[in-house]
Amino acid sequence: MSDPNVSAVEQYRNNFLREVEENVDEGQWVKMCMQCGVCAGSCPLGEHWEHSPQKLFMMIRAGKREAVLSTNSMWMCTSCYNCVVRCPRQLPITQIMHGLAAYAHRLGLAPKMQPTRDFSIQFWENCTRTGRVNELRLTIGLYFRDGLVAGFKKGWSMRNVAFGLLKAKRLNPFELFKGHECKDRKGIQAMLKKANEIDARKKRPTT
Amino acid sequence: MAKKEYAFYPGCSSQLKASASNYLVSVNAMCQTLDVKLTPIPDWNCCTASIAYAPSSELSRHVMNARNFALAETHLPGQDIVATCAACWLNARESKEKLDGSAQLLADANEALKEAGLKYQAKAEVRHMVEVLIEDFGYDELGKHVVKPLDGIKFAGYVGCQTNRPFGIDGESFENPKYLDKLVETVGGEAAAGYEQKVTCCGGALAFSEPEKSQKQIKDIVEAAYDHGADMIVTPCPLCQANVEVYQADINKRYGTKLNMPVTYYSQLMTVAYGGTAKQAGLDGHIIQPKKLQDIAVRVVNTKK
Repeated sequence: MSDPNVSAVEQYRNNFLREVEENVDEGQWVKMCMQCGVCAGSCPLGEHWEHSPQKLFMMIRAGKREAVLSTNSMWMCTSCYNCVVRCPRQLPITQIMHGLAAYAHRLGLAPKMQPTRDFSIQFWENCTRTGRVNELRLTIGLYFRDGLVAGFKKGWSMRNVAFGLLKAKRLNPFELFKGHECKDRKGIQAMLKKANEIDARKKRPTT
Repeated sequence: MAKKEYAFYPGCSSQLKASASNYLVSVNAMCQTLDVKLTPIPDWNCCTASIAYAPSSELSRHVMNARNFALAETHLPGQDIVATCAACWLNARESKEKLDGSAQLLADANEALKEAGLKYQAKAEVRHMVEVLIEDFGYDELGKHVVKPLDGIKFAGYVGCQTNRPFGIDGESFENPKYLDKLVETVGGEAAAGYEQKVTCCGGALAFSEPEKSQKQIKDIVEAAYDHGADMIVTPCPLCQANVEVYQADINKRYGTKLNMPVTYYSQLMTVAYGGTAKQAGLDGHIIQPKKLQDIAVRVVNTKK
């Protein structure tokens, strides 16, 4: 199978804006940005973004492909939708940031070991496996992403939270073996497989 | 008043022994008083929240939500879908808007749903529990059931993000929504006026993946509640509740603070004000005990009016 990144570069050459418009969810809105900077000033984790959404939009138009797709900026989005409701042009900025992050992930350009990227992958796998989230496995999966030792260390550091939740009946240790799940797991798998086929048929990105 | 019936979408965190199980307990008690019948959508599934975007496609996420809509339409025809979780509400509603707005996307989603023997007919409406309270009952009606006004408790109404943006509740402003304060006053509590962290983000899912960055947010949210003399925080969102409550000890270690602020749900306030027990209000589900609310819950009053 060809490298999706190499084929995208060949297809779009220097027209990164068109590449974004055709491949990123809600990417067709990028050209509407008028560079006012309200999004940059409204983001709760703004100071941690290497490039603010405002800057990312201009970088896309300026063809800064590698810088945009390899930054960890989009992964700082908490989905608070503050930028969306404040944007004077009403751009779906949160959704564009998710779309950019997902596109960078698909091309293999997203920063390796980016924790929110890891969490995103784990969350999707977790919630689609049985149809419902297994909170314990999700937490453990995230803690052990850096290996066994780091996982136990992280788990130990969070032991008071865990005991507190256990006592409050908001954590179930048996979820490690069997958690809440949907009855029609087969149907869920089949419909997601079909959604994937439809995406592939329409040359949209698949999961 | 006639019994109101809804197709209930409780969401993953509300399940037994999950992180917001006490939210569900209090919602059930509150709805009993209000004569609301919540029938869970049979075999409902996860909304995929706001964090599953990296490995999934737009269609696959919409299909997950459409499955719930189709199940509701099939088994609970004519009933509005009501979510109690902010993320469930937001994602379901976003999917619904997308699917209802595009014949192509709807056809694609239904082609996938067919594999599970389902079809979404674009009929079911998606609403949040607070919308039900405000729009289908109204503050006056909600206030009529109060038997124990929450006198002497000051609440910092922490609305957070997703029960506010991008859809909004009751057409209120995104910068300063009032509904939570109004609910507090409806049950006889005092709302901290001018609580400036009302719509600040707690970090959401990034409280797990970027704890240091999120805990700075949570610290601001709790400290402002202290600044306003609040006894506790109240919120409509299960993730806000968990994030703001459970990391306070961690924050204290990191910043040398002494945070110990209880974080409750609006439904707990209403259950207690409606005469429910501490257990019915899910007050046994806290790491930081909402002492003043517990005190009122155990107080015996003559509930006959």
